[in-house]
Amino acid sequence: MPLDASHLDLTAHEHAAHLRAGTYTSRALTEATLARIHAQDGALNAYITFTDDLALAEADAADARLAAGDAGPLTGVPVAVKDLLSTQGIQTTAASKMLEGFVPIIDCTVVQRLKDAGAVIVGKTNLDEFAMGSSTEHSAFGPTHNPWDLDRVPGGSSGGSAATVASRGVPLSLGTDTGGSIRQPAALCGIVGLKPTYGRVSRFGVVAFASSLEQVGPFARDAEDAAHLLGAIAGLDPMDSTSAPVAVPDYTERFGRGLDGLRVGVPEAFFGDGLDDDVRAAIEQAIADLQAHGAIIDRSVALPAASAALPVYYLIAPSEASANLARYDGVKYGFSVTDGRSVEDEMAQTRGRGFGAEVKRRIMLGTYALSAGYYDAYYLKAQKVRTLIKREFEAALATNDVILTPTSPSVAFRLGEKVDDPYAMYLNDLYTIPVNIAGNPALSLPCGLSQGLPVGMQLIGRPFEESTLLGASHAYEQVTDWHRRTPPPLG
Amino acid sequence: MALTADEVRYIAKLARVALTDAEVDRLGGELSTILGHFQVLNDIDTSDVPPTAQSFDLHNVERADVTRPSQPLEQVLLNAPRREDGYFRVRGVLD
Repeated sequence: MPLDASHLDLTAHEHAAHLRAGTYTSRALTEATLARIHAQDGALNAYITFTDDLALAEADAADARLAAGDAGPLTGVPVAVKDLLSTQGIQTTAASKMLEGFVPIIDCTVVQRLKDAGAVIVGKTNLDEFAMGSSTEHSAFGPTHNPWDLDRVPGGSSGGSAATVASRGVPLSLGTDTGGSIRQPAALCGIVGLKPTYGRVSRFGVVAFASSLEQVGPFARDAEDAAHLLGAIAGLDPMDSTSAPVAVPDYTERFGRGLDGLRVGVPEAFFGDGLDDDVRAAIEQAIADLQAHGAIIDRSVALPAASAALPVYYLIAPSEASANLARYDGVKYGFSVTDGRSVEDEMAQTRGRGFGAEVKRRIMLGTYALSAGYYDAYYLKAQKVRTLIKREFEAALATNDVILTPTSPSVAFRLGEKVDDPYAMYLNDLYTIPVNIAGNPALSLPCGLSQGLPVGMQLIGRPFEESTLLGASHAYEQVTDWHRRTPPPLG
Repeated sequence: MALTADEVRYIAKLARVALTDAEVDRLGGELSTILGHFQVLNDIDTSDVPPTAQSFDLHNVERADVTRPSQPLEQVLLNAPRREDGYFRVRGVLD
């Protein structure tokens, strides 16, 4: 039986089985995948760069490994990566005019690990510029569209990675999550997205935004695929001194245990003003389903300081960004103004013209928060409240296995609806931001539809216990079918 | 709290970002609104709370002090907008 179009809708673990059985080759799968993502991109704009040549070479190498019996779960499987991840010899833009045409001389560690696993990298996906945003509208390469409704945003900042998985373009992709940039687009696109524990995955070679908050993580259509992709990229990296010296387990180790006895904390503070009624109803139904299958629901969880997470985040992240983005001076790489009055004028003009509006807004905010006279009132204060938020999660997870919340206060909103109101855009990440501040792992998984648009629920776990989140998600997938819902076919 | 146009220009100078007059106007309003939302932090008692810079403390991460080849010069200069004689070229700092 050769490859047919229906095979492109399969998950990565289903592909892996077919590749090993010889139903089709990785080259056939890769050629068909490239044809589909090219065809879809007129509607979605999920990709900034396609990597056809690299993909076909990797597919042939994967077929050789498969023939030799040296194949892992990702060998020969197509994967897309966010265009924030450095790829050797392939343009890496961060969706910014500042880096258009920039060609890294190294692979970031996670891309190297994907290659080592035999995965086939088919393209670099669209994002909000420098990962700053919640809708993928802040891209210098135009917005990505949500496959469930092309007039709506896919979420962000990893919107391209989410949209191409949701539209069955690829089974897997990588994003980054600094304040919700994997989980929120996963929710808005109806797929699984996981932010690992801070330090779980190397950040070496990832274009830096907020170094104390961000992690690379997987998008997939079910928990099993997410587990395999996380397993491939996780682990200590000598090139990233913040990567954790903690052993990487088999992330499927908790599959098959069901939901019986799972202790689920539900913080009422995450169900207050600003949460859409339809989202609330879907989450409450999910809680009822979990309880019906044996989970123990604890509604006494209180996370009072987490309600201050948004200001904490918008002080810490822009402060770190203002330092990280100081490197873009037009001298070493990227966009450069060369006709200024002085070296300082050229740098300021390079940055003024190379950065988009949201990036400039955050650099300004961070520079202000770190400037003389304001450091104690803003940055230091935010770091102290960060301690309180971290302590609250520790306490809540001492008596619960997971904390359950909505991932996003609403379903996918319309393109243009919030782009001119920065604070309204920031509120999209109200429920995801506290987790980055605390450093814990969290994932979003599909748990409903509201007027034809996906709703996601967030599960938050203890540090380095991603297996618990994936096990609970896998068990939920056995008793519901939300993860199998597909958007309408494109064109 | 409202940022004046002069304050916005001063921050932009610190950040080395050239702004148009329209951008100065718009950012003054936007940043003032955002900073206004941050005042809730003042209501939280942090008098005995230490700051957290990074969520899971790793201290003194060291590597073995061994030499290894650096990136080839041609590679390092690959993306340089201006280069000369194996160096990045910039406009003179001193006139």
